[in-house]
Amino acid sequence: MKNEMIMDERSRYLRKLILQGWEGARKGHIGSVLSLVEILRVLYDDIMNYRPQEPLWPDRDRFILSKAHGCLALYAILADKGFIGIDELKTYSLDGSRLVAACEYNTVPGVEVTTGALGHGLPIGVGMALAARIQKRPSRVYVVMGDGELNEGSVWEAALYSAHHKLSNLTAIIDYNKLQIAGPNEEIIGLEPLKEKWASFGFAVEEIDGHDVDTLKKTLKRLPFSKGKPSVVICHTIKGKGIDFVENDYKWHWKNSLDDETVSRMKSLLEEE
Amino acid sequence: MLNAFKDAIYEAAKNDKRIILMVTDNDIGLSHMQAEMPDQYFVEGISEANTMGVASGLAADGFMPFIINIASFLVRRSYEQIVLDVCLQNRPVRLIGIGGGFSMAHLGTTHTTIEDIAIMRAVPEMTVIAPCDALEMKKLVPSILKWPKPIYIRLARYGKPVVTKEESDIDIGKAVVLRQASAGHKSVLLISTGAMTSRTIKTAEELQNLGIESTVLHLHTIKPLDEKAIIEQARRVPLVVTIEDHSIIGGLGSACMGVLMNNMHPDLPRLHCIGVPDKFIHVYGTQESLLKSVGLEPSQMAKTIYQLTK
Repeated sequence: MKNEMIMDERSRYLRKLILQGWEGARKGHIGSVLSLVEILRVLYDDIMNYRPQEPLWPDRDRFILSKAHGCLALYAILADKGFIGIDELKTYSLDGSRLVAACEYNTVPGVEVTTGALGHGLPIGVGMALAARIQKRPSRVYVVMGDGELNEGSVWEAALYSAHHKLSNLTAIIDYNKLQIAGPNEEIIGLEPLKEKWASFGFAVEEIDGHDVDTLKKTLKRLPFSKGKPSVVICHTIKGKGIDFVENDYKWHWKNSLDDETVSRMKSLLEEE
Repeated sequence: MLNAFKDAIYEAAKNDKRIILMVTDNDIGLSHMQAEMPDQYFVEGISEANTMGVASGLAADGFMPFIINIASFLVRRSYEQIVLDVCLQNRPVRLIGIGGGFSMAHLGTTHTTIEDIAIMRAVPEMTVIAPCDALEMKKLVPSILKWPKPIYIRLARYGKPVVTKEESDIDIGKAVVLRQASAGHKSVLLISTGAMTSRTIKTAEELQNLGIESTVLHLHTIKPLDEKAIIEQARRVPLVVTIEDHSIIGGLGSACMGVLMNNMHPDLPRLHCIGVPDKFIHVYGTQESLLKSVGLEPSQMAKTIYQLTK
């Protein structure tokens, strides 16, 4: 995917929050976090119903970051919204911090479930969507998955099940950055034709640019896309989006030992207009 | 035993809307619930990983899902989901494993499970229960509905013979003395669980014919273990034998031995575990024939125990 989308101030701001975490930890899932930012931004700014001061408000929408390794992006938006303090981001992945590098339930307000192992978020989200329907709550459930995660069989078990039960309050969002830890998706286990796969499993599918804030907003506001069907939004994204020397390079999926120079290069790139 | 469970849970579900039955690809005779209580009965199909995750999601919002599946598929196929989605997040999901041990042996090795207790009790927050008869299963249901943690319930296929008593108290985590030896230097403590308890009582009767008195301590709850009852009974005897239709690795025997060794040194009685040896059993047939092939028939066990008293 070509990187044509210019980041606005808010997208740069959220990335700067994220950078605070890497600056302290000097390690992280760099590429996987940066591809997620606009998806989370739009969900939390414009789409989901929640109360930062009452994180377990029963009627809240449920958000599950099934690709838990991207959780620094989630921590950043949770900090921005007041679920946790902004300063806490500096403790990411440090000894004793609750901001663990794969998010865990019952540690950080706003983190609904533990999802460090892949392929767990969608089934749990299905259960939450079913619970909302039985309890006649307005809650919608959003599950963000990585593309590599779609290798897991449990994702497709859950897809079959949610379509069978017509869970129109369930939305899967794919952060489709085309790269997983060992290389391009298509060289590991090819996913294409992805849109057709989800459609054939009974989902209403939209395919969009996952960094285009306006399109994300317009698309997610139309949920559910089809009556009686779960929805999926395939978001084409760029692994490492926003930091040019990281973009589209699977070797930046995870980095250890970020040195001072790398951190300051990242910082200066995010300062640029 | 399954009949006792399903009758009790059906009655409870009428008033307790937390209860959701998640039946995998089985017909357990409750399909009428689908029409009567459509929000409380779901057929899950053959998708163990998804089912466990869905149960976790339902439990997160106040439900108490009961997943009913053949034990071997339930514990093996969805182990990661059991550990992470259910136990790590302490969701009160109930895993009903039909046919633990050799009780589905007629369907071969794939349908037998001799390691389920080991892998379930190894997971933090998990409670492990193996009732010994239909009456006990039925009586355990109120405690199961109150228990705040996840539970694995190992159901033997048949609920007979009934060896427990209607009037006795029952609670999760409390051992039951089903037979008390009269005091004497040759008395033995037999500790058993699940379907082996009725066979343990028969073993005790055979031992009596050989001049050996024995106490039978039945543990319907393997975790949390009633350590107090085990130690109290073990202090009275020179020999403690555990009996289970489960691998000798990690099951009831391992659990009891750990408790006794940690608490009774240097006055340990002799300890011995009777169970399934650490190998796949390539004998095909009835539950009885498989039990016999590994020395778990009462007459075989009585002989083994008699030799240990010599």
